[in-house]
Amino acid sequence: MEYSNLRRQIVFMKKNLFDQGYLDEQFNQLEDLEDESSPNFLEEVVALFFKDSSRLLTNIEQATDKYPQDFYKLDSLVQQLKGSGSSIGALRMKNECSVFKANCNDRNLEGCRRSLQKIKREHATLKQKLESYFQLLRQVGPRDYAVSSRK
Amino acid sequence: MGAEAVRVLVVDDSPVDRRVVELLLRAAHCGGGGGGAAPFHVTAVDSGKKAMELLGQRRSNRLSTSSPPASADVSEQAIDIVLTDYCMPEMTGYDLLKAIKALGSPNPIPVVVMSSENEPQRISRCLTAGAEDFILKPLKINDVQRLRKCSGVKPKTAMVQWQLPLPVVCMKKKWKF
Repeated sequence: MEYSNLRRQIVFMKKNLFDQGYLDEQFNQLEDLEDESSPNFLEEVVALFFKDSSRLLTNIEQATDKYPQDFYKLDSLVQQLKGSGSSIGALRMKNECSVFKANCNDRNLEGCRRSLQKIKREHATLKQKLESYFQLLRQVGPRDYAVSSRK
Repeated sequence: MGAEAVRVLVVDDSPVDRRVVELLLRAAHCGGGGGGAAPFHVTAVDSGKKAMELLGQRRSNRLSTSSPPASADVSEQAIDIVLTDYCMPEMTGYDLLKAIKALGSPNPIPVVVMSSENEPQRISRCLTAGAEDFILKPLKINDVQRLRKCSGVKPKTAMVQWQLPLPVVCMKKKWKF
């Protein structure tokens, strides 16, 4: 019974992540790639994303504080973050990066700073939510989860 | 007997994207390739410069021996297709595409460019420069079939050396599920 509850929690949690716009279909695509040869592929890729994106956010922050402003460089860094976010299905982060890029294009420094703060919040929230999600998955086991997630 | 492996060189400065593409290509063989589907052997590098160094190395290996030994490690053999990101620092995917085409081999390696930006000018530029295809990121499992076609690697039952450039394909489909 405990096992069924866990599975229900996982499905519910995932549905929320999608309904609230944190994730998009790309996340499902990656999850579907998991098999016996790569059972923890998704968690591995997500961990890699958070490691890489933390580095990028630090670089973006430094670039934002730099004077004179190099909006081209800033845009390039944000593009990298947008790209890797998109690759794991991090929809909200991807969208905020688009707003950031628009601010770079307009050479709107204040807009860039606001976008950065928002992206950092989204980043922290997504990280926390996905950590909880994978923690539950580990309790259930990847093979069984793969069946339940397609409902 | 299974199909001959398609040796892909993936070039992307994003470690996340390199990993995703690598696993996508492996999964495409295991999951839905069918009986004759060629498996992918993936080599991934993080810059155009490293890609050119590797391609030069593999080319030297091939030229220095009259024929590859039967027991040669597939990782040391020539590359069948290059899959490169467009936006990379220093050497962009476009620069890499031109550099590969400039190698002047009678059998130029096919290059497929990928990008997260759906910019018609960028796509046109790459296809004009000789890219076999242009794929929008994030890559999906269905995009893998396009790679296979662009590589020109045939199943063992019909061994044909890839000689002529494949027809240029410009597809801007967004796969929806």
